Amino acid sequence: MSVFLFKRLITLIATLIGASIVIFLVLEILPGNAAQTLMGPDAAPDAVQALAIKLGIDRPPLERYWNWVSGMLTGDLGLSYAYSTPVAELVLERLALTVPLALMAMAITTLLALVAGVYAAARHNRPSGVALMALTQIGIAIPNFWFAILLIMLFSVKLGWFSAGGFSGWDEGVLPGLKALLLPAISLAFVQAAILARITRSAVLDVLREDFVRTARAKGASQRRTLWGHVLRNALIPVVTVMGLQFAELLAGTIVVESVFYLPGLGRLIFQSISNRDLIVVRNCVMLLAAMVVAVNFIVDVLYSVIDPRVKASDI
Amino acid sequence: MRTRALANRSFVIGAALSLLLIAAALLSLVWTPYSPYEMDLPGKLQPPGAAHWLGTDAFGRDVASLLLMGARASIAVGFIAVGMGLLIGTAFGLLASARRGWVEELIMRIADFGFAFPAILSAIMLTAVFGAGMVNAIVAIGLYNIPTFARITRASANAVWSREFVLAARACGKGTFSIAVEHVLPNILSVLIVQATIRFAIAILAEAALSYLGLGTQPPQPSWGRMLSEAQTLMFQAPLLAVFPGLAIALAVLGLNLLGDGLGDLLDPRLARRR
Repeated sequence: MSVFLFKRLITLIATLIGASIVIFLVLEILPGNAAQTLMGPDAAPDAVQALAIKLGIDRPPLERYWNWVSGMLTGDLGLSYAYSTPVAELVLERLALTVPLALMAMAITTLLALVAGVYAAARHNRPSGVALMALTQIGIAIPNFWFAILLIMLFSVKLGWFSAGGFSGWDEGVLPGLKALLLPAISLAFVQAAILARITRSAVLDVLREDFVRTARAKGASQRRTLWGHVLRNALIPVVTVMGLQFAELLAGTIVVESVFYLPGLGRLIFQSISNRDLIVVRNCVMLLAAMVVAVNFIVDVLYSVIDPRVKASDI
Repeated sequence: MRTRALANRSFVIGAALSLLLIAAALLSLVWTPYSPYEMDLPGKLQPPGAAHWLGTDAFGRDVASLLLMGARASIAVGFIAVGMGLLIGTAFGLLASARRGWVEELIMRIADFGFAFPAILSAIMLTAVFGAGMVNAIVAIGLYNIPTFARITRASANAVWSREFVLAARACGKGTFSIAVEHVLPNILSVLIVQATIRFAIAILAEAALSYLGLGTQPPQPSWGRMLSEAQTLMFQAPLLAVFPGLAIALAVLGLNLLGDGLGDLLDPRLARRR
């Protein structure tokens, strides 16, 4: 277990270093002189030089890269060009929305998918199971941002149960905050739940054919107890793998859904920063999202060995 | 094979919807009911009717014509982005499985690293530097496809390398490269075709999302994603405007997914039992 963890940790660190190099090259070196870009092509050279010194972009690339990485490790992400505020503050403020949104969406995804997947496996080849799988096929095809628009049209425009967008913050209470995030979370979760339900059904069907399931049933265990207590646990490896990948998809998906609901999360911050040419914010946000994706994959790999102790590092 | 294909519901529905998508794109090359670039402000936001089958948008443009033209953008992005992933990813996957050892380890770790950048993140980086546009969207989606194809190719090819006919080819004196291309690749082609169909659907979704965000296809070129973005501001006055482009995306993706499932069943019947 410790060798497995060590190997995965090394891979995690190497991936993060690689990601930081790519992001730095694309967003810091490729655009050329950021000071010139910010001030426009007609700016006086002296003013451009002064801004370059202020932003620290007159330093050699290697030094800038080291400053950025060491800053990240100490929580100093630099100063936003556009907002003149520490980037770390801006990002933390937006994460207070994006992380709960992604977690809520993941919770809804898991709940819907496990129930639908296990139900469809139990009703294999029966009309209800087939209909449920047909529904998941449609669910997979629906773009989450379109589903979000349809939810707004139904629940906000027609029924008036939810606001069509916006988020007034957690200061007004947890329940109003959760209510504001419910439609965005559902729109993110619906598609992912459809995918996960199909994986769950397939995995559960595979396990249902195992001998130990027949033994459990022969010993008098009810179908519900067999399904949820014995079968599901053994079917979890592929389900957890896909859940890890899906959390990464959900994080990326929040960028789109935040735009649909005008939510002030990380995605919106990235877009505002792109229009403001505030590349330091874009760079840190992209790094943060990439790090989250890598971290989630790491957690999934570790979870494998918890769910199935036979899994070794070389298997992954 | 033909009888089996026609008996496979996923394949038949998927092929029909995919053909419809291709037909719409091809038709738009020679004919659309109206010019999708022609604005008619007095005739804006008309409901569906005889003159405009699906109504008109906020600029008086014919929605049916915009949808037909939008199919073209989706197909172009899908073909190029999936083609890019298929060519480069398959080449690396084949190389990894042929050489094994540190080459395989290196390629697979780079592929893992590629997964850290979902298409939307790559697109954001490219847009921040080079500006928004269809080419950047294609490159971003294509880049994300490369590690997927590399992984699938390597996993499928590894199974083929241990088969007897590969050993026989080796005994005949064939080199690693020619065995990979002449014997291994044809045996994993079915897996790659199925995967390419599914990735095509994902590419259409990604292009629509990027265009919705303003990072993909740019005006005046019509795209389904941007049509949705424009329709969202008119939800109260013309809700149907937000329905048609979404339906077009969903049907295209559904068709390609079903086609992928159907092809998978036909090319590898063992898979059919699992669905």
